[in-house]
Amino acid sequence: MTFVSIRDLKVAFDGVHVLHGIDLTVARGEAVGLVGESGCGKSVTWLAALGLLPGKATVSGSVTVEGQQLIGAARASVEAVRGGRIAMIFQDPSSSLNPVRTVGRQICESLALHRGLDGRARRAEAVRLLDMVGIPDAARRVDLYPHEFSGGQCQRVMIAMALAGEPDLLIADEPTTALDATIQAQILDLLSTLRRETGMAMVFISHDLGAVGAICERVNVMYAGRIVESGDIAPMFERPRHPYTQGLFDAIPRLDGTRNRLIPITGTVPDPRRMPDGCAFAPRCTKASAFCTDTRPDLKPQTDGRDLACFHPVAHQQTVAGEERRRIPA
Amino acid sequence: MSALLQARDLVRCYEGPKSLFGKSPAVRAVDGVNLTLRPGETLGIVGESGSGKSTLGRMLLGIDPPTSGTVAFDGEAMPPLQSPRWRALRAQMQLVYQDPLAALDRRLTIADQIGEPLEIHRLAKGAERSERVRDLMAQVGLRQDQGDRYPHELSGGQRQRVVIARALATSPRLLVCDEPVSALDVSIQAQVVNLLRDLQESHGIAMVFISHDLKVVRNICDHVAVMYLGRIVEEASSDEIFAHPLHPYTRALVSSVPIPGKPLTGRILLKGEPPNPAQRPAGCAFHPRCGSAKPACHVAAPPLEPVALARRAACHLLVSPQDHAA
Repeated sequence: MTFVSIRDLKVAFDGVHVLHGIDLTVARGEAVGLVGESGCGKSVTWLAALGLLPGKATVSGSVTVEGQQLIGAARASVEAVRGGRIAMIFQDPSSSLNPVRTVGRQICESLALHRGLDGRARRAEAVRLLDMVGIPDAARRVDLYPHEFSGGQCQRVMIAMALAGEPDLLIADEPTTALDATIQAQILDLLSTLRRETGMAMVFISHDLGAVGAICERVNVMYAGRIVESGDIAPMFERPRHPYTQGLFDAIPRLDGTRNRLIPITGTVPDPRRMPDGCAFAPRCTKASAFCTDTRPDLKPQTDGRDLACFHPVAHQQTVAGEERRRIPA
Repeated sequence: MSALLQARDLVRCYEGPKSLFGKSPAVRAVDGVNLTLRPGETLGIVGESGSGKSTLGRMLLGIDPPTSGTVAFDGEAMPPLQSPRWRALRAQMQLVYQDPLAALDRRLTIADQIGEPLEIHRLAKGAERSERVRDLMAQVGLRQDQGDRYPHELSGGQRQRVVIARALATSPRLLVCDEPVSALDVSIQAQVVNLLRDLQESHGIAMVFISHDLKVVRNICDHVAVMYLGRIVEEASSDEIFAHPLHPYTRALVSSVPIPGKPLTGRILLKGEPPNPAQRPAGCAFHPRCGSAKPACHVAAPPLEPVALARRAACHLLVSPQDHAA
């Protein structure tokens, strides 16, 4: 059952197009990954969907939450969805928290807005939420300020605030990127536990394929403002078909096996002001033909159930050999 | 072969802010580190934020004077910071930082910045200098026409290449890289990692590679030291330490790396967060987060001792390493 449906979402900043028509859906209770390098538009997609972009951005297309249109809707109706039905957490927790208010007060603010709680019930709920996200001694620490929490704990507080509105969908934008390895493992574990317990859907935005693989059931790979490949996580990770997806996997150094040279993707991401006419990835692609530089491939459903935007996808056999060389058995 | 760089019992204390009741206790950011780096070898230093790895890197170059302990470069004690001898020695040891934009001068062209060390150390001037700059740019994979550009006109990966070219200008024998690829995207990161590996092979530069990214460290380093709260807790060859981590902290660190296609289950999850270096736990600093701490761990800090051939670890539980390696 589709919960959020994004159709042909386009975003431009000062006339420069950064999103060129995104189509994606999130079903109830589902965990979807959004993967790509910096500047590919993965955060902008959801900021635009929730109306969080600055005024100079031009947004067009359609974003519906169970049939209710968000793009161009009245502020009040967007606000009823944002924070309540859909909550978002960001990469840098310390800059998302208000430094001069106690964390308890900040959580209570969302509880008052979205759940209409007040007084003792509200405070008790704030303590319960902090406890749920694994803050030790929550009853006492609810009265502390953000600077009295470490980076990992601040992210837990942010998650508690996001959960305050009992959202149906949590959008996590690089939630573990700024954290240390062992803390990252804790937060990933917390997010997957919370999803199991509450049944909420999740969109996990990250450049880390490993983290996305640990959390999500489905994944969308973005490049230069477009989705280039999407599908279920297991087949995508076993046999990536878009050369860019394949390239992302190949570029990751391995933690076992022989220490080979890494296989980088040559070149850099195109400048949004000077986008290539054809496939945006063609200048960096090893398989690109003259056709690719002239004609842009559309995202089309494939026989194996995934969507792909490529004229020369990575062939099956070749990937199996690549798999032996690069990938770790699950 | 004699050591290029030798650190003995390095300690660096930072004074805390003065409180109303006098001085607050000093923070021991690095607490008794011994290291040896042979010519041409690459040593990885791994640890979480606050483990003292960057402070250690700065001390190895003499930029941050140690509170106690010694650093010897090429058998001779490190001259004091800013002394003429230290300045001369800096031509042989260079530093690459995480953020290339902050490390570059925004108002100088790329070619000028790469050539600056040649001028400072009076190694080349005029046509010879331009020739050397062109050569350096080619080595790190920058196009010649990019020499007239300014840092903001380049991408992140290209900027880091400029920083590396500048560090190579004086043909150093030691390169300390502090998180050199952490700010880069995966595809660009692979380009820079390959570049560092190539330079290491072609020039035989010894490298200290500081990073929190275990996958990158494994790919580039011969030897790895894991730091926790200012001390080395385990040291081994890069192949050994990631395949068979012995110290409980290293084991948790290795298991915390998310690998595509591997589920979350079966990973070692540590309780809590790295403690504040100002309030170092008694005994083994890791015991409050350790899943297998014994009473002895609460009392005495374990020394860094050989636990197998060419590997050392600081853990009371590793008296018989064979049991754990199994």
